[in-house]
Amino acid sequence: MSVAMAAQTYSPSARRFLSYLAVIGLAFVMLYPLLWMFSASLTPGGQIGSAGLIPPRGVTLENYQQGWNGVGGVGFGRFFLNSLLVSGAAVLGNILSCSLAAYAFARIDFTWRRVWFALAVGSILLPAQVLIIPQYILFRSFGWVNTYYPLIVPKFLAHDAFFVFLMVQFIRGIPRELDHAARIDGCGHFGIYWRIILPLLMPALATTAAFTFINTWNDFFGPLIYLTRPQLFTVPIALRAFIDATSASSLGPLFAMSVLSLLPVLGFFLAFQRLLTEGIVTTGLK
Amino acid sequence: MNVGARAAEPRRSVLGGLAGLSRLSASQQENVYGYLFLLPWFVGMIAITIGPIVASLVLAFTDYSILSPPHWVGVANFVTMLTADPRYLDSVHTTLTYVGISVPLVLVWGLALALVLNQGLKFLPVFRAVFYVPSLLGSSVAVAILWFYMFGKDGLINLALRPLGIQGPSYIGNPSFALYTLIVLNLWAFGSGMIIFLAGLRQIPPELYEAAQLDGAGRWARFWTITLPLLTPVLFFNAVLGLVGGFQAFTSAYVVSNGTGGPADATLLYQVYLYQRGFVNLNMGYACAMAWVLLTVMAVCTGVLFWSSRYWVFYGEDR
Repeated sequence: MSVAMAAQTYSPSARRFLSYLAVIGLAFVMLYPLLWMFSASLTPGGQIGSAGLIPPRGVTLENYQQGWNGVGGVGFGRFFLNSLLVSGAAVLGNILSCSLAAYAFARIDFTWRRVWFALAVGSILLPAQVLIIPQYILFRSFGWVNTYYPLIVPKFLAHDAFFVFLMVQFIRGIPRELDHAARIDGCGHFGIYWRIILPLLMPALATTAAFTFINTWNDFFGPLIYLTRPQLFTVPIALRAFIDATSASSLGPLFAMSVLSLLPVLGFFLAFQRLLTEGIVTTGLK
Repeated sequence: MNVGARAAEPRRSVLGGLAGLSRLSASQQENVYGYLFLLPWFVGMIAITIGPIVASLVLAFTDYSILSPPHWVGVANFVTMLTADPRYLDSVHTTLTYVGISVPLVLVWGLALALVLNQGLKFLPVFRAVFYVPSLLGSSVAVAILWFYMFGKDGLINLALRPLGIQGPSYIGNPSFALYTLIVLNLWAFGSGMIIFLAGLRQIPPELYEAAQLDGAGRWARFWTITLPLLTPVLFFNAVLGLVGGFQAFTSAYVVSNGTGGPADATLLYQVYLYQRGFVNLNMGYACAMAWVLLTVMAVCTGVLFWSSRYWVFYGEDR
């Protein structure tokens, strides 16, 4: 804003130049910490403190090799597999359960539909804190502590209602003539859902998949309360445990594993960039 | 999956052939299918949403600790919070400071950047991506670790200040700075709000600006009379999201303080303290009471925001 203010007195081209300067400068400032971490992860030994954008004394992968050995006797390869398993299952669960619920809300004319839909939308704003402790007590009584069920099962029950909402909005935009045509061809609701709606819902499903993956991959609280055995750790809590095992003089491996943990999120961002930036416009997700 | 070939098959869909179903009337069938499709959501709603809400409300009036059966203690938990638990009041103060500073900051910053980007800059997708990515990474443990070392005594910030002859303290280890490092982290992740502002700016008809320009309105006049009023729905939306997210912040505070909320409770956000009471001290009844206070405060805050929106949110002439 201050740039725009200062620029008011300048010619349009000068203003444009100042805008570019400000935006590029800011982009650099914002990316610098990430680049610094990356550079530090390639810096040999305990010289992180003096690491600049370019590693001072040559580039090495030893931090990555060392960090990959992991923590508590479990390697980081295992943590990545665990995270992949949980995130993958969460994606599958959200896609299936949310699309089923969304189809019902958007296309089936059953009693009390509006009431249930209002309830679903209302649950979006509900802070997770009020549910955490009773959910923990419930899942613990099932013997689900130190399993992935508490992290995965809610996804198969359409617990993330904002994705239901996103898909309902999307399905409402699909012409009903397609349903009628399929009905004439002998399709019931399951046929219409599976053969007509799901294929056309692809953009909303991909948005859901990308956000679910990123959120589950980053999730810290759930694994923190449900997982205590290192063999089961997902990447975020493994990183947390890795801090304790790290001394101030050997930050390299910690930084190396931190960098690796961000890569899947960046990968998903690059693959789904357009959908992600459109998805938050419709739903306000992070 | 060969969609065409399978669609041509008459009436052999998964449940289409269910024997008794065809005898029901059309509206009865709609009900059967409706509730069948909603079954997972219903199970979830009852078992892991409504059930827990009720349980949490009941437990809030007990001393439940998971190790022994709960005893009814009336409003004792709430009384303790307000009169005998200074750390609780600390966490309230910390959270209100955090939300009160970072939510408006992120709103103004996101709007400012959206305005700058919306001037038709080249490489817009690139800038948008660069500003957006941090919001996807902001809640990760990796970035919290990065923040911890960046704001440490020999971290990136002090390294940058050293040539200027300034030797700064460890910001993350200093009670008067620690919370502000988390506010900076939240500000760093402003991108998702900015994207929503950008989309809102696209919706404003350019004719309005042309007309205003003909009337001699300058850039600031156009911003205050056109852009801002027409953007108030988006502003409102972002404010609600920021508020809800701010009250629930946890990971970064937990990681940079090693779970303690320190130094000197400076990063003891509400959610961190709730975790400590519920899962470290196993005062689960107390933690449920805390959760209900939070729910009430958040409901009041968003309620006030919704109520006030009729005075400042502009939904077009037709409403």
